[in-house]
Amino acid sequence: MSNIDLVASSDMEFTRPNLERQLLEGRAIKNNVLTILTWGTAILASVPLLSVMYMLLVRGGTRLFGADFAEVLTALPPAGFEMGGGIGPAIVGTLLMVAIASAISVPFGILAAIYLAMLEPKGKLATTARFLAKVLTGFPSILAGVFVYAVLVISFGYSALAGGVALAVLMLPTVVLAAEEAIKQVPQRMKDAAYGIGCTRTQVIWKVVLPTGLPGILTGVMLAIAGAAGESAPLLFTALFSNYFISELMEPTASLSILIYNFSGMPFENQIELAWTASLVLVLIVLVFNILARLFGQPKV
Amino acid sequence: MTMAAEANFVADPFTPEGDTVIDCKVDKIFYGDFLAVRDSVVPIEKNKITAFIGPSGCGKSTVLRSLNRMNDLINVFRFEGSVMYHGQDIYAKKVDPVVVRRYIGMVFQQPNPFSMSIFDNVAFGLRLNKYKGDLEEKVQKALERAALWNEVKDKLKNSGLSLSGGQQQRLCIARAIATEPDVLLMDEPCSALDPIATRQVEELMLDLRSRFSVALVTHNMQQATRVGDTTAFFSVDISKGGRTGYLVEMGPTAQVFDDPQQQLTKDYVAGEFS
Ligand SMILES: Nc1ncnc2c1ncn2[C@@H]1O[C@H](COP(=O)(O)OP(=O)(O)OP(=O)(O)O)[C@@H](O)[C@H]1O
Ligand SMILES: [Mg+2]
Repeated sequence: MSNIDLVASSDMEFTRPNLERQLLEGRAIKNNVLTILTWGTAILASVPLLSVMYMLLVRGGTRLFGADFAEVLTALPPAGFEMGGGIGPAIVGTLLMVAIASAISVPFGILAAIYLAMLEPKGKLATTARFLAKVLTGFPSILAGVFVYAVLVISFGYSALAGGVALAVLMLPTVVLAAEEAIKQVPQRMKDAAYGIGCTRTQVIWKVVLPTGLPGILTGVMLAIAGAAGESAPLLFTALFSNYFISELMEPTASLSILIYNFSGMPFENQIELAWTASLVLVLIVLVFNILARLFGQPKV
Repeated sequence: MTMAAEANFVADPFTPEGDTVIDCKVDKIFYGDFLAVRDSVVPIEKNKITAFIGPSGCGKSTVLRSLNRMNDLINVFRFEGSVMYHGQDIYAKKVDPVVVRRYIGMVFQQPNPFSMSIFDNVAFGLRLNKYKGDLEEKVQKALERAALWNEVKDKLKNSGLSLSGGQQQRLCIARAIATEPDVLLMDEPCSALDPIATRQVEELMLDLRSRFSVALVTHNMQQATRVGDTTAFFSVDISKGGRTGYLVEMGPTAQVFDDPQQQLTKDYVAGEFS
C-alpha cells in the first residue's frame, strides 16, 4: 500500500509553500501576547528600582554633585546643629572593612573551593562544607555580627578588625561557591593536558585551573564585596561607629551603612541630607564593584 | 594457526629486531570491576612508529594511556602487569608518575590547548622544566615542526582557543614536542584534521622518528600503513559476556597488512580496504 501512496504523491504537483508571516494565526497571537506581557512585567518590576535610584540621585546628588563635594567626601560628620560636614570617616571605614573582609575571605574561599572542586569533591568533609556554605548564603547577616561579637568583641572591644571579620563571615560562602563553580567549569581535557605534560597536581591547579577559572572566581569575589559593602546589621555589633577618622585597626570605626542609619533618624536637615549622600556613595561603590565583576567576568580573548 | 576468536587466545609475542624503548606487558587492566584489556604484550620500538589499530572500544587508548600512567587519574583504573622503560617498571611503587610523563609525552584525541596565548601554550612545558635556553627559538622550532608556524607566526599572542580544531591539534603537538620527550604517545591525533593537515602531521611523525619513539592510535588503516613501522592489532572479546580487549597480532606493518597470521586480522584489514 505504502508503495502506491509514494508513487501517487510523487506524481502530484508540489504546491508552493506560503512562508509569509501569518499575524492572525493562533500561534502568532499567543506569541505576541506573551511578548507584551513579559515586557509589561519587566517595566513594572523596574519601577521601584528606578524610583529608588531617582530619589537617591536627586536627594543625595545635591550635596555629592554640589559645590562642596570635596568637603562632603572628606570632612568629619557634623554635630547637632552644625552645618556642612561630610562622610569621610564612613567612606574610609567601609572601604577598610571591605578590604579586611576580602583579605580574609578570598584566600580562604579559593583554597576551600579548590578542595571542594578538585581534591576531594565527593568526600564527607566536602559534602558537609558545601551544604553549610549553601545554608550560610541565606544566613541572616545580623547573626554574623552576633557571632563575631561573642568571639572577638567581648574580649577585644569594638573594632574595625571585628567589623571586617564579620563581613568576611558573610562573604566566605559566596566566594567559596562561586569559585567552586568556576573551577568546575575548567574542562577536564585541559587538566589532562597539564598532567600529560608532566605537571604535579599542585602545578595543574596553579598554572592551569586557577588562571582559566579566574574570570569566574573574580565575578564571585566582586559580587561578595558588593554585598558586604552595603551590610549594616553585622557592623552594629562589631565596628560600632565613630565620628573621627580611624587611626588603628583595633578601634571602632564609622561605616556608610551605619552612618545612614544614624543620620536618617536625626531631626536635623543637614544630617538627613548627608544620609542621602552616603546612600548614593554606597550605591556607587557597589556599582563600581559590579562593573568590575562584569569586566573581569569576560572570558579572556 | 590458532583461532583468535577463542576466549583464551593469547597473541604470539612479537620480538622486534631493534631496541625497544618501552616494553609493555599487560596482564589485566580494569576500570572498577570491568576487565578492559587482558594478556597483551606490546613492545614499543626505539625510533620507530608503532601503530595501534582495532575496532572501537578494544582498549587501544587504554593501553596507550597506560604507557605514561595517564590512567592513574581515573580512580577506578587498575593495571596488572609491567611497563619497562629503560629498565625500570614505571608501575613500581617508588616511581613518580609525574616524572614519567615528562619523558613520555602525550597528544590527545581531542585538541586541548590551554586557555592562554599560542606562545604560552608551546612554552608551557619548557617553563615547567625551567628551560634555560632561548624560549622563543624553541617555541618557533616546535611550531615549525608541527607545521603550524606559518599560520600563527603573526598572532602568537592570541589565545590558543581562537584557532580552528585542526590548528589546535597541531598546537597541542607543538606543545608536546617542544620539551623533546623521549617517547610520544599519540591518540588519534589526526581525527580532527583535514587531509592536508593530516599529511603534514604524518610527515612530522616520520621526521620525529629520528629523535623520538612514537606510539600511535589510529582508526585510519592507510595512516597505519603510511607511517607505522610496526602495527599492533587489538580486538574485543565478547564471548564471556564482557567486552575485553586483547592483542590479536603484532608485527612489521607490511606483514600485518599483507600477510596476517590471524583470520581476525585478515578480516579486519580486508574489510577496511575492500
Ligand atoms: N574512564 C573509564 N571508565 C570506565 N571504563 C572505561 C573508561 N575509559 C574506557 N573505558 C572502557 O574501556 C574499554 C576500552 O576503551 P578505550 O577508550 O581504550 O577504547 P578504544 O580502543 O580507544 O576505542 P576508540 O577507538 O573508540 O577510541 C571500553 O569498553 C570503554 O568503555
Ligand atoms: Mg580511543
